[in-house]
Parts: sequence; structure tokens; C-alpha cells
Amino acid sequence: MNGTRPSPLELVCPAGTPAGLRTAVDAGAHSVYCGFRDETNARNFPGLNFDRAEMREGVAYAHDRRVKVLIALNTFMRASTTDLWKKGVDDAVAAGADALILADAALVAYARRNHPKQRLHLSVQAAAATPEAIAFYRDHFGVARVVLPRVLTVEEIARLTAQAAPCETEVFVFGGLCVMAEGRCMLSSYATGKSPNMTGVCSPPSHVDYREENEELVASVGGFTVERFARGEPAGYPTLCKGSFRARGTASHLFEDPVSLNAVELLPRLAEIGVTAFKIEGRQRGRAYVATVVQAFRRALDAIASGAKVDFNELRALTEGQRDTTGAYKKAWR
Amino acid sequence: MDHSNMRGALPPVVSHAAGILPLFPLEIAGRHLLANALAARPSFASRLGEHAGRTFAIDPVDCPFVFLMTPGQEQPSVRLVRRKLASGYDARIAAPLLVLIGMIDGTYDGDALFFSRDLVIEGDTGAVLALRNAIENAELDPSTVLGLPRNLRGPFNRATRMALDKLRHALHAPEESGPRREDRLS
Repeated sequence: MNGTRPSPLELVCPAGTPAGLRTAVDAGAHSVYCGFRDETNARNFPGLNFDRAEMREGVAYAHDRRVKVLIALNTFMRASTTDLWKKGVDDAVAAGADALILADAALVAYARRNHPKQRLHLSVQAAAATPEAIAFYRDHFGVARVVLPRVLTVEEIARLTAQAAPCETEVFVFGGLCVMAEGRCMLSSYATGKSPNMTGVCSPPSHVDYREENEELVASVGGFTVERFARGEPAGYPTLCKGSFRARGTASHLFEDPVSLNAVELLPRLAEIGVTAFKIEGRQRGRAYVATVVQAFRRALDAIASGAKVDFNELRALTEGQRDTTGAYKKAWR
Repeated sequence: MDHSNMRGALPPVVSHAAGILPLFPLEIAGRHLLANALAARPSFASRLGEHAGRTFAIDPVDCPFVFLMTPGQEQPSVRLVRRKLASGYDARIAAPLLVLIGMIDGTYDGDALFFSRDLVIEGDTGAVLALRNAIENAELDPSTVLGLPRNLRGPFNRATRMALDKLRHALHAPEESGPRREDRLS
């Protein structure tokens, strides 16, 4: 696959609400990803997501402007409630989704069996990070694209992309940075009984508490204090993986710093190795974020396509902790 | 905690002057604005879901009063109280007035304001998130909230946006990044 490009570079953008979808489309997204307002998608936060009518209207709005809509049903089915996920697949297909983003192998099988012509993508929640795992989904279910975990180096992505063909690869280039084996992380479950894998929420807001103590902002999840921010110090999301903990007498961010991924400088290389799609994280973010980030990355991709230099640094204010990183892509911290 | 030095805060002289304003007319105005917004965006309450009945303290930290708002499914209510008398709310959202307005009209991303500590939230985090997302989806602009006729909305929104941008710049408010939607909506 290296050396030949089967499709143009695709900018995949988040939409947490119908207004967010319109903003992303207007800002220059090639594709928008979104989900239903229930436990079938991994951003099941209060006030977020689409009901069935909103999804149909959103798909129509996007298609009128030649933008694709990818509907995420990327949590794992529970034995007692599989109908919720199956109905979600059926409704997403009926709404006109250009692709379904799935994680549960059984749901992938259901979608392929019942909707044989529907394009399927494998969610990052499936944690498919080996040629064998990708080949399984590609060969058995005709999965057309795999969203790669955010724990791979660029060179690992290059090898996987070559071996995954004709299955396309999609990588995250901006936004929240998860360094866990996605779909298998149990930190949130441990603290709250809920997780992105089963209920679609990491650090569910119902279990998050912020309070001010002695000029500090104290964030806790499920009763566990995860961070204390000094006055004026940039804050981050209240996730356990980005919390500060004391071990062997030293307090530090044991798992991960509260920073955001920003791989804009790697776009040319990622394009060169054959990555098809570039994903912006942030369905939980506002229209201001979506407009700014989508416009910036669309300019960058257009510059790459035309051979121009990619040069901008306008996204830092939107990043968690107001710091950004290239994460594992450069293997700086592994 | 003293929030008067937050970015975008009104000058102290303005804040103190606001302290002599009678609350009742402001409360009536607040009710009117909320009613206009809910009438224009009927899906607002349903997006709040189980949180629609919560009471939110909308706290412009550079003003001497706090809005206590209960969007509700049937009977939305707004009360305006002196800050030291504000109680009985489920969640508090606090920032300078211009920053709060910027969150409502899509100028600012709420998460970015939180990261930069330009926004303070307390209480029921789920309710705060639901309200934020409902406001985001509502795409409220000044003319809608004021209930202006459709033919006046474009020019009014543009003028208001320009004035607010200049004011935020003068008061060193966080940098704006939101979509400029008023042209398309007009």
C-alpha cells in the first residue's frame, strides 16, 4: 500500500450535538463522527449526542454538503441488553450512515450479517494494534478501516498500515490522549462502577466533584482525590489516568500527564506512510473548539495535498492542561 | 475566594455601580430572556433530561448578584439574589459576565475555559455538563434571546458581536475562538 494512495486524506471530526455537527461540516470536515444518546457510544455524557430524528437530520445536512457521517456504536454489549446495540446498528443504517464505528466483535458480526452492504470501521475501543487482529476483522467481517490506538509509534503505524491493506487506517491527531489499552481500561470502573467500555463514560460526571480548598481546586472521582490544582494552574479532565498520586514518597502523574495530543507536525509523515484518515477527538467539546480545530487541520491537510508547508501553532489554548504532546507517535515517553 | 482578578472581569467601578441596581427589574428581564430562549429552542429542556429540574447558580463573579435558574420542563424560573444570599442551588457556574455571555453565544469552549481556570464549576457536575451541552446545541445569539424579529437579527447580532469582542479585548478576556454563525443564521 505504501507509495500508492487509494483515497484522498480524510479529516474526521467530532460532533457531540446537532449544532456541533453543523459546525464541523461548515468548518471543513470531510467526515463527522457522532453517536446516539444512550450507552451504545463511548461519549455517553449528559446533554450530549443525537436522538433518532436528530441523527437523520444531521446526516441529511452533511450529505447535502458532501460530508460523510460515521456513527459510533463503540461500547460493548451486555448479555441482558444486546437489543439496544442491535437496534442502534439498524437505526444508524436507516439514518444513512456512511460507516458504523464498532468495537464489539459480536456487534460487528451482527452488522455484517444483517447489513451486508454497510461500510464498517473498527473503533479504537477494539484495541486492534496487531496485524493479526486487524486481519481478523478485515477478513471475517470486511471491516474497511481500523482506528488505531494512541499508543503506537509512527513507524509501528507505518508497518500496520502496510499490513492492514486494503483495510484503511485512521489515527488520532488532536485532542484527549488516552494511553491505556482502550476498551480494556478498568480505572473508571474501579472508582465509579462505570466505564467507557460498557456505559460509555470515563469518569462519569455523576461521580465527579470539584471543590475549592485553601485556594486550590480539588478534583475527585468516585471519592478518590485525583488532582489538586494551585490557583492559576491550568486544569485537566478529572480522569484517574491523569491524576497525581504519591508513590514511594513522591507525588507525580504516575500514568499520564494532563496534556492533549497534537500531532499536526506529524501529518506529512503520517500521510506519507499511507494513513487514510486523521481524527480529531472531542465530541464532548463545544462549537468553539470544533470550529477552531477543524479549520486549522483542514488548512494543514490542504497544504499537504498541495505540497505547501504546514505551519501553525494556534491550538494550544484548547488543549487539556494547556500543554500538548505528540504522545507515543515519537516514542518520547515509552 | 476572590474572583475579581479573573480575565475579562468588569472594572471594579462598574461592579460596584451594579450593586446599586434594583434586583427585581433585572430578575424580570432575566425571566423574559430565558422564556425567549426556551421558546426559540423547544428541544432545550429535553436535552437537559433528568437535570432539567435542577437549580443552577449562574454567577457573574464581577457583579454583586447571582442568577438562580431552574430551566424545568414546564415552569422555568429565574431568581436574582445578592451573592451572599445565594443558596439552595444544585450547581454553580462562575465566571466574569462577559465570559459567561461568550459561553452562551458559542464564543468560548467551556472545557478550554475550565482548563485555563477562567471558569469555576461546583456542585452537580452532571447537571453542569448537561446545561453546557444544551446551551451549545441551542446556538443562542443575542437577537434570539431578546426575541427580536427575524429581519433585524443579522445586523443586530453582528453589531453585538463586534461590541462584545471589543469589550473582551479591552478587559483582557480569554481569546475568542468560536464560530461566527450570525451571518448564516440571519
